[in-house]
Amino acid sequence: MATEKNPDHEDLVHIGPENAVAEADVHPDEAGTFVRGTSLWRDAWRRLLKNKLAVVGLVVVIVVTIASIIGPTAIKAIFGFTPDFIPTGDVNATRSLPPFTGPNGQFTWTHPMGTDNAGRDQFARVLQGGQISLFVGILSTLVSLLIGVTYGAVAGYLGGRLDNVMMRIVDVLYSLPYVIVVIVLLSMFRSQTPRGQLILLFIALGSVSWLTMARIVRGQVLSLKNQEFVLAARATGVSTPRIIFRHLIPNTLGPVIVYATLTIPQIMLTEAFLSFLGFGVQAPIASWGSLAADGIQNIAIFPWQLVFPGVTMALTLFSLNFLGDGLRDALDPQMRTV
Amino acid sequence: MLRFIVRRLLITIPTILVVISITWALIKLAPGNFYSGEKPLPPAIEKNIREKYGLDKPWYQQYGKTMWGIVGHLDFGTSLKYQGQSVNTIIKRSLPVSAAVGILAYLLALIVGVTAGSIAALKQNTKWDYSSMALAMLGISIPNFVLGPILVLVFSLTLYWLPPSRWEGFPSRNLVLPVLTLSALYMAYIARLTRAGMLEVLRSDYIRTARAKGLSERDVLIRHALRGGLMPVVSYTGPALAFLLTGTVVVERIFALPGLGNYFIQASLNRDEPLIIGIVAFIAITLLLMNLLVDIAYAYLDPRVRYQ
Repeated sequence: MATEKNPDHEDLVHIGPENAVAEADVHPDEAGTFVRGTSLWRDAWRRLLKNKLAVVGLVVVIVVTIASIIGPTAIKAIFGFTPDFIPTGDVNATRSLPPFTGPNGQFTWTHPMGTDNAGRDQFARVLQGGQISLFVGILSTLVSLLIGVTYGAVAGYLGGRLDNVMMRIVDVLYSLPYVIVVIVLLSMFRSQTPRGQLILLFIALGSVSWLTMARIVRGQVLSLKNQEFVLAARATGVSTPRIIFRHLIPNTLGPVIVYATLTIPQIMLTEAFLSFLGFGVQAPIASWGSLAADGIQNIAIFPWQLVFPGVTMALTLFSLNFLGDGLRDALDPQMRTV
Repeated sequence: MLRFIVRRLLITIPTILVVISITWALIKLAPGNFYSGEKPLPPAIEKNIREKYGLDKPWYQQYGKTMWGIVGHLDFGTSLKYQGQSVNTIIKRSLPVSAAVGILAYLLALIVGVTAGSIAALKQNTKWDYSSMALAMLGISIPNFVLGPILVLVFSLTLYWLPPSRWEGFPSRNLVLPVLTLSALYMAYIARLTRAGMLEVLRSDYIRTARAKGLSERDVLIRHALRGGLMPVVSYTGPALAFLLTGTVVVERIFALPGLGNYFIQASLNRDEPLIIGIVAFIAITLLLMNLLVDIAYAYLDPRVRYQ
């Protein structure tokens, strides 16, 4: 059946008898005209845009991400210092300055979030901490995606006794005090280099946060595996791994994206928690968690040292959570649980 | 029911052993030793230490000794850092602190969370709903180590209403801020779970039937809707306990409370091996037994679970 294509817009579908399931489906006004063919993703996008909180969340997440990535470089270009620049010479500059204040108490734009105990610019440090926090959040989520999606899809597709055993293991792991085990792991294998500690951190975080993902993917695969396209693939001799990875997993993408969006803030929170306790990132690398931990030491005298990293982090997590909730409502209106 | 309990126990006990073994293995596999410091020890002293703590024996004997102490006698050994104190003494001393904060926080979260969640569900899509859900999202997004110090800053250091830290026995004003800090997250979760559960139940047929036969709105709510609507909250009790335990670690640190969490962090930083294993084992046992109780309660409340 030759479908007429609109020469200007490839994605517009010609509404005519050839594309209609039944004559009744074609609105009399639309017959013979071009409308945009809709897809799951376009529908979801439209529903997402209607959700104001989710849109605000999306904007904040994008702004924070871009600011974290280019911020430190931009500050270097404008004011001429890096996040770890410690001023020397002027005694008044080597102490914690309040926001918008210069060494002699005058108003200045140089340090909008003040400086820390060594006189380093807080704004630059918060932005650089954002890089680390977001990096750990996203990378650990990818690790958890890799494990969780594979595990859940294999359990769901193969089914039977294997599925039973695999899901029992997940049930058991669910009830473990995994953060406690992660603390033991991180403190015992404390790396000598900050970079090594960072890698250890996201492997540890990723490998304990895949459980819910495995459950969600398994549920999806269970409902997909008896559909005709899987039967067709099997009938044409497609191997089992190929069915799982090429046919089933791409179809679970909606819920997976939703849950991944909600996993990022959880992991960022855990990272901050570990850094706060001193098991996470090591100096000179700083994350929002470790900046807040430093700030707590001086909360009574220099509250801005805690408030700025803490509030930036809370705002980002808040936005990510709203975005995740919005995505869930948009992509899968039936999946509305916590 | 009995079969269900036995089956659960058969899973719980090996799990506890696995957690203890993983912790033990992590400690043994880690590079270095608890006695290795900045400077290397003279060989003779090192040999004495290794003999005293049984480190000269093969690993399976060390493992067997540790496991037998825990399983056979519930004895976790002696702390390396707190000289002369057994791990059991330390746990016995610090448990009441953690338990007081944890239980109060959970009760507070339950009361406030269920109330807020029910109101949000009953008045869906009104300003009550939106404001309580926004507050709940705030509770989920603010890390407790940020919330705690901010509460201290406001209520202790600015308003002088409450003491900022320290442990002064069970009913004391010192507990207010730690309990608030710890419960914020669970309050938020429980409110969201209650709202979701209640929304689903309120739409169901049996609520319509209850209304149709002329029950008062109060009876419909309390006797019918809450029972079904709270099931997600009941099933969240297990994970909540796990998170409460990790939450107490931070809260005890912020408010300088001598609880289990604080000792655990100290032990991890000092590499106090018996104390680490002891606290992890104790937490795992408590947690998994509590989970078992929750499962039994759930199976009792919802008979469908038993046959899964």
